Amino acid sequence: MEFLGYFGEVFTPFSFGLLLIGTIGGLILGATPGLSPTMAVALLIPFTFRLEAAQGLILLGAAYTSTVAGGAVSAILLKIPGAPANIATTLDGHTMAKKGQGARALQLSFLASAVGGVFGVLLLIFLTPVLATWALAFGPSHLFWLAILGVTIIGTLDSSSVVKGLLAGCIGLWLATIGFDDIMGAQRFIFHSSLSGGINVIPALIGLFAIPQVITMFSNGRTQASAEVIKVEPSPIGDAIRELFRRTRSLTIGTLTGSVIGLIPGVGGQIAGLVAYDQSKKFSPERDKFGTGHSEGIIAAESANNAMVGPSLVPLLTLSIPGSPTAAVLLGGLLIHGIFPGSDLFDNHPEVAWTFINSMLIGQILMCIFGLYIAGLAARVAQVPQSVMAATVLGLAVFGSYSVQNSMGDVYVMMTLGTGMYFLERFGFSAAPLVLGLILGPIAEANFIQGNMIASATSSIGQYFFTGPLNVTLLMIVVASVAYSVWMEMRNKRYVTKDEAVSKEESL
Amino acid sequence: MNNLPRNQHIVASGLVALVGVWVCFVSYTQEPAAAFLFPRIISTVFAVLALWTFGKALLGKTKVGNGLSSDSMKKILPGLIVAIVFVFWAAKGLGFYTASTIVFFTLLSLYDPAPHNEARTWIKRIAISAGYLVVMYGLFAMLLSVFTPREILF
Repeated sequence: MEFLGYFGEVFTPFSFGLLLIGTIGGLILGATPGLSPTMAVALLIPFTFRLEAAQGLILLGAAYTSTVAGGAVSAILLKIPGAPANIATTLDGHTMAKKGQGARALQLSFLASAVGGVFGVLLLIFLTPVLATWALAFGPSHLFWLAILGVTIIGTLDSSSVVKGLLAGCIGLWLATIGFDDIMGAQRFIFHSSLSGGINVIPALIGLFAIPQVITMFSNGRTQASAEVIKVEPSPIGDAIRELFRRTRSLTIGTLTGSVIGLIPGVGGQIAGLVAYDQSKKFSPERDKFGTGHSEGIIAAESANNAMVGPSLVPLLTLSIPGSPTAAVLLGGLLIHGIFPGSDLFDNHPEVAWTFINSMLIGQILMCIFGLYIAGLAARVAQVPQSVMAATVLGLAVFGSYSVQNSMGDVYVMMTLGTGMYFLERFGFSAAPLVLGLILGPIAEANFIQGNMIASATSSIGQYFFTGPLNVTLLMIVVASVAYSVWMEMRNKRYVTKDEAVSKEESL
Repeated sequence: MNNLPRNQHIVASGLVALVGVWVCFVSYTQEPAAAFLFPRIISTVFAVLALWTFGKALLGKTKVGNGLSSDSMKKILPGLIVAIVFVFWAAKGLGFYTASTIVFFTLLSLYDPAPHNEARTWIKRIAISAGYLVVMYGLFAMLLSVFTPREILF
């Protein structure tokens, strides 16, 4: 119960103010189609430079939590999911809104998000210290395999093609080696002076997530926003609370599904929402009503996509392995403050770790309260023309990248990687494995070199890296994840790929 | 899959394969060897996967990725050129705030669906661009104290 001692930090006026800004800003950003939680958090990182580590993380954590929930606003009122995690919410949410039950749909969405989100953060609170203690047993070979596991799992599960996912992961790992070698000081792949210090993670993240979105907005040309905001009539909140607790089956399925999926690296909120929706439909006696504006659909989808937020941070905080692109961005936010997550995070920086986690718990409740009141405003912001949005995001990306080290080199890297990523995405490559490769590359290399030295002194490299129960287990998971994805791809039965999710979204 | 995406897939995967092979070549030829041990392993996997993808594209077996239509390229190009000129030349040459405001206004003019032959919409665009300048200056110069290049103007 150590976490209870750090609640005071969250309630200092400045920290609480940041929590409010992150929550309200996140709800509005989340409601804006095209601004994904990962991109919102990446663009916010430069604003945390002058803050203390815990305060910066409060802002980023609150934005992460509320952008996921905020996406439901545009899903319900505009029929456009704010983020892929809200695709399933659109199915019943928008139909409810069209029937004049928009307020009820929003209330159920935020209440279910809060219940799922609080459960997920509690899981994070109770699982993280246990796993952090267990992680002390990890040596260089295990950390090397874990880093490789992070890249392969995301590469195989997040991409529509296993080979292209793994290839994107390799590109990320290669990009991470650019610059001076840490041990010998040798120059590696420095073909422009901007790269002499290596690729800074923050501008790279901003570029990889923001620039493809900007170019996608360009590709829509001069399109007028055709979606109309459905007017929200007031509805008593008490009725929504009673309905939520009448639908405990959907709430439980959504919360548990989201929590379990959140713990698996590489599987995002989009899959959590769709799986929970599907399972809830299977177990419901009213399954015929799903898709016709049924409250169970919203409850299952929204509780799931918020329940995955907390558990998705467990691998990051215990093993320093980000399990999702957003967790990778949060890792970037930690590293700029000189904090390296992992097994000793709770010993060396307990105030940072617990304040961050506690703020996410409080943030879930604030998100629910404010979400109900600013949904209408957020839906209107979501209608801002794409031309304004694209130009603003481009400006923020350039200023944000420059502000990392006051270097134009970072801006060039940001733009080059972002433009390249847009074209790669058009050919089936995904940004997530590339980002994970870039972030986990230095961890993998450092532990590989360290393990190599230990192996040279004690045993052979093969024996050091390929024997022992933990090495074998991790290696088997790596092989199994690749084999499973290849098998599913060959059978064309992968549950949800990005393309399928997009086509599902387009068919709505 | 018609020929346009197939040819595009061949070009795209060919470029990736070229990078993969080049990285592999550099990793195995540069010294000291110890500094390139990890890059050698990574680049070998990189090159193999890239050549595999290229081979699949050549055989027309690429299943994912829709490529780029000429219509979307026509829409993208003006904005992309403006963005590239901004990043690689104008930001440093003109100063961040001047350049980014000009770029904001240019992008708004290029992509805004509102009528382009009405004075009212142009006044609106100028007002939005001015608002953008104020917000960016407030955020980065005043709140975060970022010292950006301020060449010709500011």
